[in-house]
Amino acid sequence: MSDRVSYVYAVVREADGLEEAVAGLSGAAGAPVRLRPLTGGDGLSLAVSSVPSEDFREEALKRHLEDLRWLEAVARAHHGVIEELSALTTVLPLRLATVYLDDERATNALDAQSEVLAQRLSHLAAHVEWGVKIYVEPSAAPASQPAEPAGSEDVSPGRAYLRTRRAQRTVRDTAHRSARTAAERIEETGRRYAADRARHRVQQGELATAPGENVLNDAYLVPRDRAEEFRDEVSRAADGLDGVRVELTGPWAPYSFATPPGTADPAGADDPVGTDDRVGVADPDSTGTGDPLGSTARSNTPAGTERGTEP
Amino acid sequence: MSDPLAGRMGNYPSRAAPYGQNSTSNLADILERVLDKGIVIAGDIQINLLDIELLTIKLRLLVASVDKAKEMGIDWWEHDPALSSRARGGERSLAEENRRLRAEVEALRRGEALPEDGRRQVASRAEEEPAEPESAEERTAGEKRPRQSRPARRSTGKTRDE
Repeated sequence: MSDRVSYVYAVVREADGLEEAVAGLSGAAGAPVRLRPLTGGDGLSLAVSSVPSEDFREEALKRHLEDLRWLEAVARAHHGVIEELSALTTVLPLRLATVYLDDERATNALDAQSEVLAQRLSHLAAHVEWGVKIYVEPSAAPASQPAEPAGSEDVSPGRAYLRTRRAQRTVRDTAHRSARTAAERIEETGRRYAADRARHRVQQGELATAPGENVLNDAYLVPRDRAEEFRDEVSRAADGLDGVRVELTGPWAPYSFATPPGTADPAGADDPVGTDDRVGVADPDSTGTGDPLGSTARSNTPAGTERGTEP
Repeated sequence: MSDPLAGRMGNYPSRAAPYGQNSTSNLADILERVLDKGIVIAGDIQINLLDIELLTIKLRLLVASVDKAKEMGIDWWEHDPALSSRARGGERSLAEENRRLRAEVEALRRGEALPEDGRRQVASRAEEEPAEPESAEERTAGEKRPRQSRPARRSTGKTRDE
């Protein structure tokens, strides 16, 4: 058994300068990256690294993935390779840690799917992904209240409490209404510029370091030549609104759109939360306009967004 | 590398753009994409990234507290018997931290284990003031991510069931 296995980052469309760019890359576990053409024609290649099997075989991998430091290193390496490739060609990112025993097995496996892959690559060509998040600012969250001013002694503690609660709720409601307005504006922009949209789960937890409460976390697939306009417009979505902030990330390789919509994703098909639904926007083939905000208000959005709009 | 296509595509503004400084290299954003997105093709090494083990990581990283998640309707792990017993983010990271600390104490003991006298000295010091491994741990962890709250250092009893 070989002591190296083949880690595949992505399927790419061959392009000028790609070989050279790849030659200088360092990928997962610091391994060099190379291109392996798929045999099916179509000018598709795999970006591959040979990584130590002791770290990437099943048990080791399972263990490693529990280790945030290891996970971060591989995730950043994976992302770094995809990013570099994206500068030169259309990239179809594979999910983290797609590993084969050797290159031949990798090319065989992907050759078997080359038709679908080529189709998807064509769809994504000349598009970039923007991440769009809406935050309700921390100041709008029910935090500490300023000390009651003098002269409030005649208010009973119970009443004071209620009053405080009401004030907190008002601030929160305003912020959530603002968030909804911002979301509407972004949707509207998306309808004009974007080819597709994907929803991500809102970010919380220890890695979500941005201040405020993340209430919307979407990705938009935007034609590259309109990417800047889209970004500019979205970045203004919170203008004039209190207590909300819009954050853009990207342009990313089209990670969130690698899997065609409606395709049974073997790993994510039964996500019971349904947070990752894809809603086509601005699809020229589609006549139904639907109610884009209806989708925003569905139960898969954070409860906060809905709460903010209720009387 | 930390700045994706921008800069290399000519018409994109530099990273000094007002909407974020280097925000694309935010780990949460990257993990969300490389773990959850990207096309899934069966590899020879069968790792399902929605595996139980990894789900616990995702919970820890992306969902702050179980209560909050439930409030938002994200409670799918509760329906998974394999998950529910271990899906308690806070406890788990505390337990993990404890395990790491212990390993470090162990390593210190072994590393400094001089014959007899030295060993006793090291052992007793480790018991009395775990400050040294603790701060080492804090340094490394601090580089990675902000700590949410400082777990109670002394309550090692919690890790017993690990």
